[in-house]
Amino acid sequence: MPPEPSRPDPALRRQRPATTSRQHTGVRRRPPTVLIHGGTLVDPTGTRPGDVLIQDGVIVSAGNRVESAPAGTVVLDAGGCVVAPGLVDLHTHLREPGREEAETVETGSRAAALGGYTAVVAMPNTEPAIDSAAVVRQVLELGRDALCDVAVAGSITVGREGTRLAPLAEMAALGVKLFTDDGSGVQDARLMRRALEYASSLGVTLAQHCEDSSLAAGGHMHEGEWSSRLGIPGQPAEAEELMVMRDLALCRLTGTPVHFLHLSTARSVAMVRGAKASGLPVTAEATPHHLCLTDACVAGYDTVFKVNPPLRSAEDAAAIRAGLADGTIDAIATDHAPHAKEAKEAPFDQAPPGMIGLETALGVALSELDLPIERVVALLSWKPAAIAGLAEHGRPITAGIPANLCVIDPEMEWTVDPARMASRSRNTPFAGRTLRGRVRHTVLAGEPVVVNGQAQR
Amino acid sequence: MKAATDLPPVGRHAGQPARRHLLSVADLGADGIEEVLRVTDSFVEVSGRAIPKVPALRGKTVVSLFFEDSTRTRLSFETAARRLSADVMTFSAASSSVNKGESLRDTVETIEAMGIDGVVVRHAGSGVPWQVARWLRQAAVINGGDGWHEHPTQALLDCYTITRMLAGAPAHEGGPGSLAGVRIAIVGDIRHSRVARSDVLAFSALGAHVTLVAPPTLLPPSLAGWPVEVSHDLDAVLPTLDVVYLLRLQQERMREALLPSLREYTATYGLTSTRARLLPDDALIMHPGPVNRGVEIAAEVADQPSSVITRQVANGVAVRMAVLYLLLGSGVDLAA
Repeated sequence: MPPEPSRPDPALRRQRPATTSRQHTGVRRRPPTVLIHGGTLVDPTGTRPGDVLIQDGVIVSAGNRVESAPAGTVVLDAGGCVVAPGLVDLHTHLREPGREEAETVETGSRAAALGGYTAVVAMPNTEPAIDSAAVVRQVLELGRDALCDVAVAGSITVGREGTRLAPLAEMAALGVKLFTDDGSGVQDARLMRRALEYASSLGVTLAQHCEDSSLAAGGHMHEGEWSSRLGIPGQPAEAEELMVMRDLALCRLTGTPVHFLHLSTARSVAMVRGAKASGLPVTAEATPHHLCLTDACVAGYDTVFKVNPPLRSAEDAAAIRAGLADGTIDAIATDHAPHAKEAKEAPFDQAPPGMIGLETALGVALSELDLPIERVVALLSWKPAAIAGLAEHGRPITAGIPANLCVIDPEMEWTVDPARMASRSRNTPFAGRTLRGRVRHTVLAGEPVVVNGQAQR
Repeated sequence: MKAATDLPPVGRHAGQPARRHLLSVADLGADGIEEVLRVTDSFVEVSGRAIPKVPALRGKTVVSLFFEDSTRTRLSFETAARRLSADVMTFSAASSSVNKGESLRDTVETIEAMGIDGVVVRHAGSGVPWQVARWLRQAAVINGGDGWHEHPTQALLDCYTITRMLAGAPAHEGGPGSLAGVRIAIVGDIRHSRVARSDVLAFSALGAHVTLVAPPTLLPPSLAGWPVEVSHDLDAVLPTLDVVYLLRLQQERMREALLPSLREYTATYGLTSTRARLLPDDALIMHPGPVNRGVEIAAEVADQPSSVITRQVANGVAVRMAVLYLLLGSGVDLAA
């Protein structure tokens, strides 16, 4: 197959392992010439008005107004909109392979594109788990024709069972940059120490779902006033905090970076703040739901509000927002966790935890965070791109870089309707909410995959 | 007082909003509880007749939807429904397609499709009656006990038992439906007890002073907002009481490191014969059953005259008749 003009030299590609599906296969449709017209560019270098002209998947000019484009150019109206690097989700459960009734790479990537994402990191708690080169290749292959780039997180331990190290180097050679047993934390401190030491030579980051399983055992919501009243077994905030504390200690011991997934408690945020101040190489993410929903949502026993880590107290949610505002928390990640309708229509203590989030994350962040849009986009785009090691995403909008962009209408109000979502599942906790801010267009490597809020394939 | 046979005609009238449920004691409030207790008086009278049956719910179908074994609660509800002339269907998880992988919602919708008026739901999972109430289109839902959460008809029969037993007693300050000034201790495994949660709501709504007596491991993690006092010293509490209410202690609690042993529990929180003598003479001894004799209560204490455990069971049928009647028959809104 002839190399795309926009692609690096094949020899170069062999040297630098692919990090996402598209690079892995090198297969692309030839994208049209695209002009994003009339918007305001927002990227790591600042904010300025400007048009973006894209040819062969690469930005050829940005910042100037383009008065005439070549014939056949697709013009995307960005009037009143922010043009930003595509969003990057550090934490997506695409469910494939194994749980295709809940989501597939195709449906999940469509949801991602509609949410403004041009790349997602697929979590490894699939069936089988992504714990070997073979499964990494399988998911990268599935992502080849997806509506966003699909990067893969590998598991730290074989089968996510927490007993033996997975082949981290073998997966890293395929471009895996992030490893986690997400869904559970690595319980054994000695094993986690060894994983960090082993990973330190690979240029990858280990990410932890912080939960001490013995303390959290049997808990289906946050332990506190509401769990006591509702008669639902709870898991205390300390179950998360114990592992944050332990992994900060292991980070200090090994010097290897640690990324904290979906922080949910005020004391977790405080500990990470302190660790960053003391110079430890740690990063952290928080979800849209943990920054605005609380355990009081569970009062009606609607299983859509069951999630892990659980929705915490109002004080915890406020601490998450403060952590995002002061930079303690580096990124907003969705923890998009689709579940089939039947699975969620179970008694609360039997329903699986998880919420979908790709299509609502931006709107929730813009509506609920008291931050300028530049800061919100940073939390959703270039900061997570850096943590995920995705070199083609979250870049300044300038000539010569791959055109992974989203166009955001920051003032558009819309009501979340689960029936109209692209995800195969409907378990959004924001159903019926009116959000301010929505994605108008998404451009993936020059291809307009979402135009005027509609997925193009 | 109106006799049951004089109660207004039954039937779902055109335009009548048919959806009323009894999910939580909190749905009723003090007025609602007192109304149930008043109507219960009528059905106690019915239950004393040679033929204890009235046609109040003739043509109505009540399903007992029990996903958890509970012979006594199920029999109590079914007896109540039959005494009101309702048709009764029994659903128990063991004999159902639940074991064949049918979802909870499918089960519920299938049963409603058979044409039913009321469902009594019992489930080991907290909150299931709320989910069932959301999924059903027509039928009224009665919470027959959900997980650790609530057991509202148990609380109603407990209120009935206490108010009627204490009527005329010196400690009893309020009217026939009031527990004003009555001192009640609930003793034992509060954490895992739906009876305790409903009783706390009901007793305090009627004005009682409630003390929870339990080791810290058997209390809920948070008691914020609970209108109760807490004690770990049963001996100190007993002499102050009008009612001591003992909860069943499940054997499995020892495996969860909540208690060292049954023996130690009985020694510290069991109502032994010695301890029972600390109670005032006219204090009532109650228990929701089934009783672990020799664990939370000594056998001879359970059988002594001040123990009203079997009275609770008898009142249970009349209280459930009242609830079924009010929800399915009268058109009167219990929660109003």
